[in-house]
Amino acid sequence: MTPVGSPKPVDALDSAGQQPTATVSAPQSGREFAPARPIWQVLLIRPETVTLALLIGAIIVGSQLSRFFLDISYILESSTLYSEYSIVALMLTLVIISGEIDLSPASMMALSACVFASVFQAGAPIWLAILASFACGLAMGAFNAILVIGFRLPSIIVTIGTLTLYRGLAQVLAGDRSISHFPDWFVGIDYREILDVPVPVILFTVAAIIVGLFLGMTIPGRQIYQIGTNEIAARHAGIRVQRIKAGLFVGMGLVASLAGLITASRLASVRYDMATGGELQMVLMVMLGGTYIFGGRGTILGTFLASWLLVIIATGMTVANIVVTSQLIVMGVLLITSIIATNAIYARSQR
Amino acid sequence: MQPVSATDKAPMMSLRGITKQFAGVEVLRDVDLDLYPGEIHALLGENGAGKSTFSKIIAGVHRPTRGTITLNSERVEISNPLAAQRLGITLIHQEPISFPDLSIAENLVMGRTEGSLLKRVTWGEMTRDANRLMNLLDIRIDVTKPMRGLSIADQQMVEIARALASDSRLIIMDEPTASLTPKETAILFRIVRRLRDEGRTIIFISHRLEEVRALCDRVTIFRDGNRVTTDTIQSLTDTDIIRLMIGRPLQDYMHKQGTTIGDVALEARNLTLPGTFEDISFTVRKGEIVGLGGLVGAGRTDVAKAIFGIAPAQSGRVLINGQDVQIRDPSDAIALKLAFVPEDRAIAGIFRSLSVEQNITAAVPDQIAPSGFIRRSLEKGIAEAQVTRMSIRLASQRQPIGELSGGNQQKAILARWLLTDPEVLILDEPTRGIDIGVKAEFYDMIGALAASGRAILLISSELPELLALCDRILVMSEGRLTANILRAEATQEAIMFAAVPKTTRQIEGVA
Ligand SMILES: Nc1ncnc2c1ncn2[C@@H]1O[C@H](COP(=O)(O)OP(=O)(O)OP(=O)(O)O)[C@@H](O)[C@H]1O
Ligand SMILES: [Mg+2]
Repeated sequence: MTPVGSPKPVDALDSAGQQPTATVSAPQSGREFAPARPIWQVLLIRPETVTLALLIGAIIVGSQLSRFFLDISYILESSTLYSEYSIVALMLTLVIISGEIDLSPASMMALSACVFASVFQAGAPIWLAILASFACGLAMGAFNAILVIGFRLPSIIVTIGTLTLYRGLAQVLAGDRSISHFPDWFVGIDYREILDVPVPVILFTVAAIIVGLFLGMTIPGRQIYQIGTNEIAARHAGIRVQRIKAGLFVGMGLVASLAGLITASRLASVRYDMATGGELQMVLMVMLGGTYIFGGRGTILGTFLASWLLVIIATGMTVANIVVTSQLIVMGVLLITSIIATNAIYARSQR
Repeated sequence: MQPVSATDKAPMMSLRGITKQFAGVEVLRDVDLDLYPGEIHALLGENGAGKSTFSKIIAGVHRPTRGTITLNSERVEISNPLAAQRLGITLIHQEPISFPDLSIAENLVMGRTEGSLLKRVTWGEMTRDANRLMNLLDIRIDVTKPMRGLSIADQQMVEIARALASDSRLIIMDEPTASLTPKETAILFRIVRRLRDEGRTIIFISHRLEEVRALCDRVTIFRDGNRVTTDTIQSLTDTDIIRLMIGRPLQDYMHKQGTTIGDVALEARNLTLPGTFEDISFTVRKGEIVGLGGLVGAGRTDVAKAIFGIAPAQSGRVLINGQDVQIRDPSDAIALKLAFVPEDRAIAGIFRSLSVEQNITAAVPDQIAPSGFIRRSLEKGIAEAQVTRMSIRLASQRQPIGELSGGNQQKAILARWLLTDPEVLILDEPTRGIDIGVKAEFYDMIGALAASGRAILLISSELPELLALCDRILVMSEGRLTANILRAEATQEAIMFAAVPKTTRQIEGVA
């Protein structure tokens, strides 16, 4: 351009630069010299890619540990231990993307399962017991929703509270005994298979597809991201923030009671301490899948991959005879690492 | 080399060959610039020309891809904002970024306590300090209140006060006046001149030529990432500047002619929200553009928010087309074909990390998902049409909107609301940060909307904007309506007179 400071008359400059001027000042000129980011960069800054890489790595390491790992049916079998958590983690992904959190689902699983068992034991037909369990899930989710949305309390505090409350209620209801003697058709869901795939795994996969489509393709799904990104702007844009968030909390309750029923079927018995500590595994799956703890970002694909990653790691550790206490350490380290990694990736793409 | 007419001193900062690329897109190209002590230097250019990026490089927010910076004849690497602060460089951001939950006083001292971790700052000390700064700026705000509740203009003033609190040698102000009224702008100018007289350097970015003319010594004009010229303000006419900026002469905005003004579309009756505004009654008719002027803090934005259901009034009625309506949430308002472009785009407008497309279509879900599932092709097409219509400058429609320049973000938000095809349009400082080229087109667009029977309520702190566009101008002062001025009688003086609080007016009258 013009040399610095040469006192060139403006007209001279303009006529000299006539040709480039005309094109450069066209409004959309920015797009012409601006190719979109190369695809490899887009992929690289996606946290799901990290999850996938970890998954592949874990499979390779696992197959070194034991030849069982090359047996797909062994993996599928072990994964039934986690399917309940995985299903809840899908719903939890939506909650976290919307900028909230729910730490009570494991307790909701226990309480709704205890309701189911108690109603059944009292002599009601099993369908009524199942219905009661879902009603209980709905009520618990609605209670969370009222506290978080109606009273505008932070969801982390509310759900730590209800985590304890629901577990306590379960204990009061069922005492220390374990309730069993369910009909044959109800128990052993993990031993039933369709095309050699255990039913819980099929349930999880179908749920992942449905939730994934909902989140990625529908308006409410998109609005969950918008709420998580900027709640005030979402409200200004006419998005029914409270309604959507309430829906998510209620949804958590329903999904948790479904997970509770699956667990009851798998264990063929129900106790108040069902799924104790499960909320950590669920949060771990969501975080490992690259969902941003502060909301606005994350995918169902990530959570789906992370669930399998967790299955592989846990199975691997069992096969390698690592004691359960050490397994907890591994889980904790994974959780922290995944949060740091996701944060770093998102911070990078920000600036 | 530089036109040294402003000063004979050695430059305090020299920038050479500054180039910046974002993901391979070059947004600054070989920019050379010398800055002198004791000068107010304006940066001018269209939206997306690279002014903010250039400022952020100086302030250590971005690293240049190439180029060198010399400060007092020493090569410096400004690798982060803290390093800039240590070198005596302060940037007042285009979008105020503060800590909304901390008090104003805490925000003011933020960043000054570094290096003295052991030295505790006492509350009393901090509050006293903060009050002193606010008095300097002639602002009456309770400094113990949190930032959150402040209007964008007050936030801007707090940011400015914070910059003044540090004794920086170089202060960069990125569109500081965009949401200020003439009164605050005058205060700001007084302070800036004083800073210059103390020998500091100020970089001043604005889209208002008259401000640049009133304040600045030299100007640098950017176009598409190139520095096209640097000169003293006296040696450039407005026409020169505009031609250098946008490469074509500006078309004059003509007030819409011969629109028939129809029935009342929006009516407010005795709207009251105690402590904020009281007894607000007015009408806006179809085809009419009604301005709402007043000083910052007069309650104009609050009235708009009340009508739109964001913070509804406690008493009073809102009527749309003569019908009583209950608007408790923005979604109710949108269903009634109202639209509201908020003044604070960073907080109430954009979804920063989401794509431009998603941002533009956020208020019209039915248009992109007629069957319940989002159709990418529809979304893409709708967004594309708006990008062209508003000449939004971007690399890709799928780019996060946070990567766009301030003015281009504003255009995207305007596009979002125009897409809803509103019958009543409430615009709160809609041209904040929009360059003069697009502004004229935008005025035409507003005129055309009114001509097609839309009712428009325009809140603006820019008097020329109110005077050029409006059929009628309402003025608010201290939460009350104080004037209703017809187009024929509207003058800057009349508006300002009604805008000044009564209490002050009486004092001035006595004096
Ligand atoms: N973080 C980023 N990532 C990618 N592109 C960016 C980023 N920041 C800015 N840009 C691009 O750089 C160009 C210059 O932007 P900049 O903000 O400097 O413009 P500006 O002159 O300040 O405009 P305005 O008057 O609208 O504020 C724009 O095209 C913008 O899209
Ligand atoms: Mg800018």
